[in-house]
Amino acid sequence: MKIVVAIKQVPVRDSPLRVAASGKWIQESDLSFEINEPDAYALEEALQLKEKHGGEVVAVCAGPARAAQAIREALAKGADRAIHIEDENLAESDTLGIARLLAGAVKPENPDLILTGLQSDDLGYGQTGVVLAELLGIPHSTIIMQVEVSGAAIRVKRELEDGWFQHITMPLPATLTIQSGINKLRYATLMGIKRAKTKEVKRVTLADLDAVPAATTVIEKVYAPEKSKQTQILEGDARTAAARLVEKLKFEARVL
Amino acid sequence: MSILAVLEQQGGVWNRMSWETLAAGQQIGAAQGTPVEAAVIGHRIGALAAEAATKKVAKVHAVEHELLEAYTADGFTAALEALVRKRAPTLVLFPHTYQVRDFAPKLAARLGTVLISDVIAVRSGPLWVRQLFQGKLNCDVRAGGPCSFVSLQAGAWRADSLEAGSAEVEKFTPALDASMIRQKPELPFRESARAVDLTAAELIVSVGRGIREKENIPVVEELAKALGAELAASRPICDAGWLPMERQVGSSGQTVAPKVYFAIGISGAIQHLVGMKGAKTIVAINKDANAPIFEVADYGIVGDLFEVVPALVEEVKKAKS
Ligand SMILES: Cc1cc2nc3c(=O)[nH]c(=O)nc-3n(C[C@H](O)[C@H](O)[C@H](O)COP(=O)(O)OP(=O)(O)OC[C@H]3O[C@@H](n4cnc5c(N)ncnc54)[C@H](O)[C@@H]3O)c2cc1C
Ligand SMILES: Nc1ncnc2c1ncn2[C@@H]1O[C@H](COP(=O)(O)O)[C@@H](O)[C@H]1O
Repeated sequence: MKIVVAIKQVPVRDSPLRVAASGKWIQESDLSFEINEPDAYALEEALQLKEKHGGEVVAVCAGPARAAQAIREALAKGADRAIHIEDENLAESDTLGIARLLAGAVKPENPDLILTGLQSDDLGYGQTGVVLAELLGIPHSTIIMQVEVSGAAIRVKRELEDGWFQHITMPLPATLTIQSGINKLRYATLMGIKRAKTKEVKRVTLADLDAVPAATTVIEKVYAPEKSKQTQILEGDARTAAARLVEKLKFEARVL
Repeated sequence: MSILAVLEQQGGVWNRMSWETLAAGQQIGAAQGTPVEAAVIGHRIGALAAEAATKKVAKVHAVEHELLEAYTADGFTAALEALVRKRAPTLVLFPHTYQVRDFAPKLAARLGTVLISDVIAVRSGPLWVRQLFQGKLNCDVRAGGPCSFVSLQAGAWRADSLEAGSAEVEKFTPALDASMIRQKPELPFRESARAVDLTAAELIVSVGRGIREKENIPVVEELAKALGAELAASRPICDAGWLPMERQVGSSGQTVAPKVYFAIGISGAIQHLVGMKGAKTIVAINKDANAPIFEVADYGIVGDLFEVVPALVEEVKKAKS
């Protein structure tokens, strides 16, 4: 079974975020980056499916040169090869533009299964996988917590609200968006890191894909959220702040 | 020019967020001078459509077909594509539910555009306000093209501002056949009866990824014990198995409304907030003064939880003795 996993490189969680001078994105120069969290789970799921059913795992990533690091990590964890759609200006694109690039790179691969994360930590659109499936004309399902392959079909467990779930069966090829927590992540081994250096990374440009990531939606401005609620911040060292909080809970909230 | 508000029901029961979406449609429509129509999708939905028609809308479309009885992405996309092509609205609004996440991006893509998802407000333009980086920043998005597709975050518009009225219901039967629908859904289920019912708890101490590792859980357990509170957690803590799933608060966990909710080392992503916004008093302890959790907190301490929580345990014990 041939599985393609879409991984995005995003700023490390808890990065200090500052708005760029353009006002239209964040200042990226002083940040570190990592694989988007649900994408790491999607990769792990692909690796486990390969271990069970055989085949190949191909990682695909659209991003600037720095994204090569995320690709190396995916290869070190066990992906067999990778496709890097390299461009420095993808931040100006939108999900349809990115999905068109991914579709262009994935289509010639003819995979049986495409896994994406359910949502990116930075843009948080939660839709690139769904759009990719539409562009490729294949079925999809979202927020997936379990994947069973049986012959030419898959049965997946889809998460619903409030602790509900649902099983769905659909024919392959298909696209699934994977939820964090579906499995336990592995670490790259030293051997894996060594091997990654010998694995194939195919670099493609926008011209190769013959796709213009023209945006139908544009981010006009990025800014810190306006505060609407008056939070009482209790100042002082840990002791003092804790004592003040207990006083508030006792005399204002009246719960102690 | 018209606005189409897509309402959500499941097995004849409304998703409450539908009314927020319709209220948003009414407000945006009033500001633009644009009529608002509503759509209900399913099978045997006459009563629901009639109920929607008691709101102030220009028309209610009852999109009915036996193949729409159970939700599928393929079926709902095809049905709404047909309705949107027929009515040619300039704006289609959805509640940002799990179901909408599953099909609305596909619908928008089929019509050559992008769903502007999880919107929290609108400014004149229109510019749609949405969150980036799990609520740490906001952005204004401008849509291009003849029709915009927008899904609205839970709680961003208030259902209680919904205006009443009286509208006509128009039945719309999309041309569907079974071969178009590739997903075969089974009945929804719950994993098991919940051993822990957090909904009845008066005090909840909830812990997030700021706790760093499983071995540190006793730090917050101590506080829960001192307060006589239930222990709860954000999703990553339960995903990692540091606390059982049944203690998870949020959109995919429990919805709680205690007297006091202590959010400790929790950033305040919307999927967590929807599960605890109803608490009477919210206390946040976080080392990042800009964490979105402070947006909903009544009291906050900006600091290292490993210093603040033990100090708090001492103070609580003192106050109780
Ligand atoms: C479809 C879907 C459903 C979801 N359902 C849920 C759900 O039901 N419940 C849920 O919780 N999440 C849910 N999530 C995940 C949610 O989006 C967030 O990823 C999650 O809530 C983040 O958890 P967190 O706040 O613990 O972690 P993080 O976002 O990593 O935040 C950790 C916080 O700890 C602070 N911190 C770090 N160290 C310290 C320290 N020493 N002292 C004090 N503070 C510190 C940091 O400043 C940060 O604010 C869902 C996501 C999706 C897409
Ligand atoms: N530039 C990208 N390169 C590879 N995969 C991506 C890219 N952008 C988004 N994805 C995939 O699509 C998922 C959803 O992203 P989003 O629609 O932005 O929330 C991510 O979790 C990734 O798996």
